[in-house]
Amino acid sequence: MDPYQTLKGKILLRPEINLPEHTIEHLIQSGQLTTIPAITKQKFHYKCNRCTTTNRQHFARISCARCQTTHPYCRNCLRTGRVLFCEKLYLWAGRDAAWPEQTNPCHWEGSLTKHQLQAADAIQQAVRAPGQELLIWAVCGAGKTEMLFPGITAAIQQGKSICLATPRADVVRELYPRLKQAFPQTEIEALYGGTEIRTGKGQLVIATTHQLIRYYKAFDLMIIDELDAFPYHNDKNLHKLAARAKRRDATTIYLTATPRKKEKRRIAAKKLPVVFVPIRFHGHPLPVPQLKLDIQLQKKLKQSRPPKSLSAYIQSRAQERQFLLFVPTVEMLTKMEEMLTGFPLKFTTVFSEDPERKAKVNAFRDKEFDLLITTTILERGVTFPSIDVVILDAGHEVFDEAAIVQIAGRAGRSPEDPTGKVLLLHQGKTNAIVDAITQIKGMNRKGSQL
Amino acid sequence: MRECLICQSPIEEDITWSNFLLPSVEKYICEKCEQRLELIGEEICKKCGRKMESAGICSDCAIWNNHPVYQGVFKQNRAVFQYTPFMQEVIAQWKFRGDYQMIEVFRPYIIKEYRKYFGKVKAKVTPIPLTEERLHERAFNQAEAIAKVMEIPIENALARKPQSSEKQSKKSRRERIQSENPFILTKSLNSPVILVDDIYTTGMTIHHAAKMLTDDECSPVYSFTLIR
Ligand SMILES: [Zn+2]
Ligand SMILES: [Zn+2]
Ligand SMILES: [Zn+2]
Repeated sequence: MDPYQTLKGKILLRPEINLPEHTIEHLIQSGQLTTIPAITKQKFHYKCNRCTTTNRQHFARISCARCQTTHPYCRNCLRTGRVLFCEKLYLWAGRDAAWPEQTNPCHWEGSLTKHQLQAADAIQQAVRAPGQELLIWAVCGAGKTEMLFPGITAAIQQGKSICLATPRADVVRELYPRLKQAFPQTEIEALYGGTEIRTGKGQLVIATTHQLIRYYKAFDLMIIDELDAFPYHNDKNLHKLAARAKRRDATTIYLTATPRKKEKRRIAAKKLPVVFVPIRFHGHPLPVPQLKLDIQLQKKLKQSRPPKSLSAYIQSRAQERQFLLFVPTVEMLTKMEEMLTGFPLKFTTVFSEDPERKAKVNAFRDKEFDLLITTTILERGVTFPSIDVVILDAGHEVFDEAAIVQIAGRAGRSPEDPTGKVLLLHQGKTNAIVDAITQIKGMNRKGSQL
Repeated sequence: MRECLICQSPIEEDITWSNFLLPSVEKYICEKCEQRLELIGEEICKKCGRKMESAGICSDCAIWNNHPVYQGVFKQNRAVFQYTPFMQEVIAQWKFRGDYQMIEVFRPYIIKEYRKYFGKVKAKVTPIPLTEERLHERAFNQAEAIAKVMEIPIENALARKPQSSEKQSKKSRRERIQSENPFILTKSLNSPVILVDDIYTTGMTIHHAAKMLTDDECSPVYSFTLIR
């Protein structure tokens, strides 16, 4: 096998390269591979050149049997492969990627709405412009994957390497079959640290942002999905990894439904071009959250008794309609479970570490429950066609602007049932609540003007 | 603030009237994780040191004690922790992911249990070796890391033959007992010995190592493991 296949665009540890020593030596001597120390000592700290961390807590010391000294190793890299101070990283320095020519790579036969098409055109233009950045600000349920198809098509036609990075493994799992179907002749990899599709030679790589740790100047088109989601939005190292994985003239597309302050500032300063997709693919506006002030909310929660506003909602709701109840903490989940026994409701709870998370979500989808009580983990991604949404204690700090917009975006997803109720139970409006509602109304206004 | 080496949650440093004047003992894990480490306790098998309902000899050891080749090759094993699913994860982080620093989690427990069982024993300490290949890959020998905690000079009297497989799980128990001894003697100790290893599971490894030593006039041979 040609070593070029799996080494191009990579930065790897020796055990990650499945080649004999003499081949590696040959590649180094012929200038196709270069090596750098895996960890370097800087003035006041160490730096791991693999994950880019300089955080003191990420370095521990090992009495090393390889080099017979005691030296640092990187704990931040443990999940993807420990990095020793006495190790080297191998960087590809040989010829650029060359992909099979394709004139018609996209086999998707659906069509885009007028608004999706606008975004798709902008992406396509950005793909052709070296170094361009573009933010697609698309509401929850806008159908953003399909909007990417024309841009990806253009990139494949031009023989470019493409990365679709996302903070969440669920998204990688969900996107892989859809892209595989749309681009059947393209070599696609799906990397998320689980049972994945890893060949080391994909032209289109769908990966969690952590997986970019093995890429170096690899991609001409970098698409970052859910730019604002944890852990990407607050992890500097992941930003550095994404930057390192791009080639110098790469195009960068950011996708988000709820940009953070940093992006909003860049948009306002005209430093980041933006395209809005203010309407869902089914053409209906976003449900605007309704507020319900409950002046005894905290008191009742403290007493572990159901707040009046919640009981009132449960009693007045349409019986056959399912709803999601978002609570601020895991502790509150257990409390809610006690509080709601006695109500004529079939319900269960779910949180991020819940081993039965998947099964419970599926059971809710199969209508085995009227109600699913959840922490903010279900704020993204999970889609139920026909539900209402209630946030309990919406003034709690975990419900920031982005979280509220995302949660509200769970309602009215289906074209058959495009409306849905979003109810915020609170004991005092926060800026986050106000800003979220302003954002949703603003998008709806933009949508109606188009 | 420090993060727990196991679960990464922040560690609360509690300062009370009783300890604020003392030099603070560095904490490496949070209280939740600390509570999940299960010591073996007092009721154990007199031979292999596993946790028992009541003290005695366990059925595994009864077999070893009647084995034509291995009976009497070693005196007893003593261990620190039970092999719980949680411990299995902790060990995976240490050995297979290579997080050397995890030894700090075990250190105080190793010191305490070692003193309890072997404090008065006069013997040389020999860690169970890895093959050269495995040692290079891992960059440390976990048995040696445990032995170093005891702060007693270490005698590397054994080596592991290159091809011998350390993964025994695929063979049946009978095959394992009959399998070839993977160790070679590199040094004559002529003294009582305490073998050190991370885990005592079937006892095969310890019996093989002990056999090499007893055949070379070492007596008695004990063993001390982190886990049973
Ligand atoms: Zn690192
Ligand atoms: Zn070293
Ligand atoms: Zn026993």
